[in-house]
Amino acid sequence: MSKKLHVTTTVNGEAVEFLCEPRQSLLEVLRETMRLTGAKEGCNNGNCGACTVLMNGVPVNSCIVLAVEAEGAKLETVEGLADHGHLHPLQSCFLEGAALQCGICTPGFLVTAKALLDRNPNPSEHEIRFQLANNLCRCTGYDKIVRAVQAAAAELRATKACGAGGSGTVGHADAGCGGPAVAGPAKTT
Amino acid sequence: MRNFDYAAPTSLAEAASLLARAPGTARVLAGGTDLIVQLRENVREADLVVDVKRIPELTELAYSAGTGLHLGASTPCYRIYEDPAVSAAYPALADAARIIGGWQISSRASVGGNLCNSSPAGDSLAPLLALDARCVIVGLDGTREVAAADFCTAPGRNVLAKGELLAKLVFPAPAPKASSAYERFIPRNEMDIAVAGASSWVQLNAAGDTIIDARVALSAVAPTVRLATAANRWLVGQPAVEATFERAGELARESASPISDMRGTVEFRRHLVGVLVKRTLATAVARALAGE
Repeated sequence: MSKKLHVTTTVNGEAVEFLCEPRQSLLEVLRETMRLTGAKEGCNNGNCGACTVLMNGVPVNSCIVLAVEAEGAKLETVEGLADHGHLHPLQSCFLEGAALQCGICTPGFLVTAKALLDRNPNPSEHEIRFQLANNLCRCTGYDKIVRAVQAAAAELRATKACGAGGSGTVGHADAGCGGPAVAGPAKTT
Repeated sequence: MRNFDYAAPTSLAEAASLLARAPGTARVLAGGTDLIVQLRENVREADLVVDVKRIPELTELAYSAGTGLHLGASTPCYRIYEDPAVSAAYPALADAARIIGGWQISSRASVGGNLCNSSPAGDSLAPLLALDARCVIVGLDGTREVAAADFCTAPGRNVLAKGELLAKLVFPAPAPKASSAYERFIPRNEMDIAVAGASSWVQLNAAGDTIIDARVALSAVAPTVRLATAANRWLVGQPAVEATFERAGELARESASPISDMRGTVEFRRHLVGVLVKRTLATAVARALAGE
C-alpha cells in the first residue's frame, strides 16, 4: 500500500539518508538499515528504555517513534558516546563499577544518563533515580547504576574544573575511572 | 505493525482536509506514546497517520500573565515542566506533566494527546478541568471551542467528529491569590497508571484566609474525568483551613462513581478521593499563599 519514504536526518553528527516504510520504528531503522545495533529492543512498547536515543537533545524510546518522524532531527545513539576510541566517563564508570550484568539495558541507561548530566552536572541520588525511572534493569538492581552515574558526574565536573579541552569533549582514558580505549571500530556510520 | 500511509501537513487547514477526506480510518499522531503502541498491538487501526507536529500552532507554548496560556495540542510535556513561568502559573499542569510516564515518555507525550486518548485515568485531564481550560477544535468548517470538562464523553471517546482535530488548549490568565495542584495514587514510586487522582484550583481573598472560588476535579473514579460539583459549590466562602479540606474531600467522594478492577476496589478509590482532594487543596492553598 505505502511506498517507501525518503528521510534525511543527522546521526551522531553525521548526515544520514534512508528509505523506510511509514510503519517502521526508528529503532528498527537504526538497527536494521543503519546497522547501529547499540540501541536494544527490550519490550517494544515504550516501557523498558533499552532503545533510548536522544532526539533533538531529549531522550526518547526509539521503539515508539516512527522512523519517518526523524526527518530533519538530530539523533544521538550510544555509538556516539565514545570519543575517537576513548570511552565516555559514563561508559568507563559503568564498567569499573560493575553497573551491568547482561548488558541489554546498558545502552539505554548510558544515553539517558548522558542527557541528565548534559542538563545537570551534579544531580542528587533522587534526581538520578527519577530521571532514570523509564530505564529498567532486571539484573543488577539500581544501586550500582546510580553510583556509576554519580562517579561519572564527579569525573566530568573534575575534568571541566581542570579546563581540559573546555569544549565539553571528555572521556580520556587516563581520567578518573580510567576506562580503556575501545578495541573495535569506535563508530559505525 | 500493519502498514499505513503517512502525512505530515504543515497547516491546520491541510490537516483538517486530510482527516476529512481520508478514505479509511485516519489517526492523528502527536507524541505517539499511546497511538504507536495501540497500532502495533492492533488495539486501534489506521489507514492514514497524520503527524501534526509540523503545524506551528500545534507545538506552541505561549504564555503571558495577561492573556494566559496557549498550549499546542502536540506540545510535549517536558516543555511545560521545563518552563519556569508556565510551571509557576499552572502548577497542577506541571505536576501532571512531570509524572506522565518517565523522561522518555514526557519527551514525546502531549497534554492534547492525553486528552484525545480520553482515558479517565489520564494524568493531565483533571488539571485541565481544575484550571478551566478550553479546547480549540479545528475542522473543515472552521473552529469551535469546548470546555475541557465537556470534551470526553466515555472511556476512550470524545466530542471530536471525523475531520476534526484538537488544535490547542487555552488556559485563563492566572488570578491573584490563586493556585493549583495535582496528585494521584499509584502503588509504585513512578511510571504507573493512576488508581485515582485529584486536581484542585483555589482562589483566596486578599487576606488569604478564605476560599472565594474553587474547582476540584477527579480522575480514574468515573467513566470520564469530572468536576466534584458539590464540593466546589460548598467550598466558596469557607475558611482556608484543614477542616475545610477534609470536609471537601468527603463531599468529593460523593461525586465519584468508581469501578473495582485490577488497580483498586470501589471502596479504596472512594477513600483515595477523600485523601487526594484534601491534600491537593492544602497544597493549592499553600502555593497561593506563597505567591506561586
